[in-house]
Amino acid sequence: MRKTINILVFLIMVAGLVSCNSGDKKGNNGKGGLSTNAAEKVYVAPGEHDEFYAFISGGFSGQLSVYGLPSGRLFKVIPVFSQDAEKAWGYNEETKPMLETSFGFVPWDDSHHPDISQTNGELDGRWVFINGNNTPRIARVDLTTFETAEIIEIPNSAGNHSSSFITENTEYVVAGTRFSVPIPQRDMPIKEYKGNFKGALSFISVDQETGRMGIKFQLMMPGFDYDLSHPGRDKSHGWFFFTTYNTEEANTLLEVNASQNDKDFIAAVNWKKIEEYVNNGGGTKVPAKYAHNVYSDETHTATSTMMNEVLTVNPLDVPGAVYFLPTPKSPHGCDVDPTGEYIVGNGKLSADLTVHSFTKMLDAIENKKFDGEAYGIPILKFEDVLAGTVKQPGLGPLHTEFDGKGNAYTTFFISSEVVKWKVGTWEVVDRQPAYYSVGHGMIPGGNSRKPFGKYFVSMNKITKDRYLPTGPEVTQSAQLYDISGDKMELLLDFPTIGEPHYAAGIPADIVAKNSKQLFKLADNKHPYATLSDGDARVERKGNEVHIYMTMIRSHFNPDNIEGVKVGDKVYFHVTNHEQDYDVPHGISMIGANTSELLIMPGQTETFVWEPKQPGVWPFYCTDFCSALHQEMQGYVRVSPAGSGTELKWSLGED
Amino acid sequence: MKKAGIIMIIGSLLLLGLFKFPLWNIMLGAPQYPNPLGMDIYIQGIKGVEEFDIKNIDGLNHYIGMKTIPKPEDMWEFEVFPTVIGIMVAIGVIIGMLGFLGKVNYKWFLGWFVLMSVLGIMGMYDFNSWLIEYGTDLDPKAIMKLLNPDGTPMTYKPPLIGYQKMLNFDVDSWPATGAYMMFVGMMLTIVAFFIGKMEYKKIQIK
Repeated sequence: MRKTINILVFLIMVAGLVSCNSGDKKGNNGKGGLSTNAAEKVYVAPGEHDEFYAFISGGFSGQLSVYGLPSGRLFKVIPVFSQDAEKAWGYNEETKPMLETSFGFVPWDDSHHPDISQTNGELDGRWVFINGNNTPRIARVDLTTFETAEIIEIPNSAGNHSSSFITENTEYVVAGTRFSVPIPQRDMPIKEYKGNFKGALSFISVDQETGRMGIKFQLMMPGFDYDLSHPGRDKSHGWFFFTTYNTEEANTLLEVNASQNDKDFIAAVNWKKIEEYVNNGGGTKVPAKYAHNVYSDETHTATSTMMNEVLTVNPLDVPGAVYFLPTPKSPHGCDVDPTGEYIVGNGKLSADLTVHSFTKMLDAIENKKFDGEAYGIPILKFEDVLAGTVKQPGLGPLHTEFDGKGNAYTTFFISSEVVKWKVGTWEVVDRQPAYYSVGHGMIPGGNSRKPFGKYFVSMNKITKDRYLPTGPEVTQSAQLYDISGDKMELLLDFPTIGEPHYAAGIPADIVAKNSKQLFKLADNKHPYATLSDGDARVERKGNEVHIYMTMIRSHFNPDNIEGVKVGDKVYFHVTNHEQDYDVPHGISMIGANTSELLIMPGQTETFVWEPKQPGVWPFYCTDFCSALHQEMQGYVRVSPAGSGTELKWSLGED
Repeated sequence: MKKAGIIMIIGSLLLLGLFKFPLWNIMLGAPQYPNPLGMDIYIQGIKGVEEFDIKNIDGLNHYIGMKTIPKPEDMWEFEVFPTVIGIMVAIGVIIGMLGFLGKVNYKWFLGWFVLMSVLGIMGMYDFNSWLIEYGTDLDPKAIMKLLNPDGTPMTYKPPLIGYQKMLNFDVDSWPATGAYMMFVGMMLTIVAFFIGKMEYKKIQIK
């Protein structure tokens, strides 16, 4: 009964707020296109470049997309956690190890929160990190190649959602678990969740030279759900803040049972203190199986290593390292302003927005202004850490970003709008509708010490009628707002891949200048590379046939191969000999049970073909490379198993 | 003739720039090459403007059956040119010094200039004949055999100097830093000649 009333009240509130917005359906305040120069503001003339890169998560596509702002043009989909037949990611022999996990080969994931590496709290454009939510993983994308360079699995975690956020010198990329689980995993009744499950918050160190990740420690927290997180900035550098929900520790019908407490927590973690504890030999090593996959640009090949243990830390063993800040109503986003003073808890079932003060938090800790404890972790008094409340800004606040000019922009899922408010005075200064139900928002650098407050991107969960219909499944969508003036102005709707969860933006000039044009053939250390045409050959090892092949405009070497037999396993190791920008070649073989290869200049890739029938079978270049692209082809003669056809290969023989 | 001698020495030494800087530069731009491919022609050999330009020019030229860009060992010029320039610099410096000491007449400066000009013209002639050979001696099995509007086979000689449209390519061929240094150096030797003449006359008047 109580549930029904709750839902009824909720619906009335939603209806009220939606009707407020229905006056300007198209989002240009009913003025029509001529009264605004929105088109001019997003128009990037042919051949000209965008001002910002936006790395937008691909959600359930598992990938990371690269857009230009303000145009909203899609440049690239970087394959990360999901197989991509177009780029042979997870199909070719070189990248299959990237998708290895302790559960074996997992060809898909759900990618959520990209974050760009920082130095002194400012975007440095070296790497983008992004989390795989389903089978917990963190990936590092190299911004010289725009390719995934590393993926590390997170053990003891499930629903890797409060990830992947980066401390201000990229010391750590942090991954918190959404689901609490039995640690170590074991067979036990689900009903015994409460008090028995744990939530692991993982601090993954990043090597500043190579970017190489390693799990430094896992903090074993009470069995809540850890939703989102953000590092302290500037004055609060050294702390990390995690929102929690389900502090009720319910295990069924969470939509109701995890929404009962008036307040959940933001967990404040002094990671510097724990780091010191760990560096002095603290913590407990526990067995944990997890994969660590690294791709090399020298060998153009990934390796997967199975790790066997991880260092865990019990928060009670490090006094003064963890505190709980009571925060109303299942907070989602946990956002820290550029000065590091304010910690915003976006209580998604609350009508208000709660902002905590870092200075007050330190004071409350020092003066022990506690309001009890949870599993031994002190709970700070709500009133003593509260900096202020943004009153009635909207309904269903999810996430807040900052423009670096003293303003905050909060997305409201339920009332479907973006609300601008002043940090410090907490007054709402502007609101604009989002079409529809915005999740996260993004300002380039908007979660760093130095935001570039020119544009705001809302990533919407529902699209409905905004585009031409495409059957029951319609496009995913984001919207671009100009936030350079006092009032926000909606400039552009643009489609996105998968579900855009979160994004990270950066001025293009920081990244573009480092973008690689090709791989030097002379530096190719692939074990099966063919570096000169004289080395092109075919070798047989039992029933394995290894073809060492080169490709250059516009032929394969060799292009005719005989002596392959039914039952053989044929490896095409193909090296692109081009050393020219933007001249990749592809290759595919009729009936191969795998994807094509798409090989960049100077790179070597491998696919496997297991011929099933005798005959003469063609292969060809799949990327239109030159005027003679259609001539770039070859044949493999396949003889019956056990036949005496000799292995031979050729190019250009009449 | 002190001043004239010094100018003569400086002028001759400027030719040493040819060992460090390219004499000529040919750039090839096309719709597909917004950043044009380029060759820097040094007296010791040909280099790409960017690391892989020569490889890529050769790659494109194979469609029309051109020979690959010559390596230093493929052409006698790349041995003879540096030797000739080296000798001319040495002679110029010696003449300048002797002039400085008043041992030789200012007319020697002009003599050096005339000799250098003759050698320069010979060099240009040789360079042009190489361009003609390179652009016309095509592989009979070339992938693309194009005809001029009058039905004769198309050839691909780049301009000796200036701009020319060749198929989809915009070809620019211009002197480069080394050539400008040589030009300034040679002009200085002429200046040395005239100053030498004036200095000589002053001595005569006295």
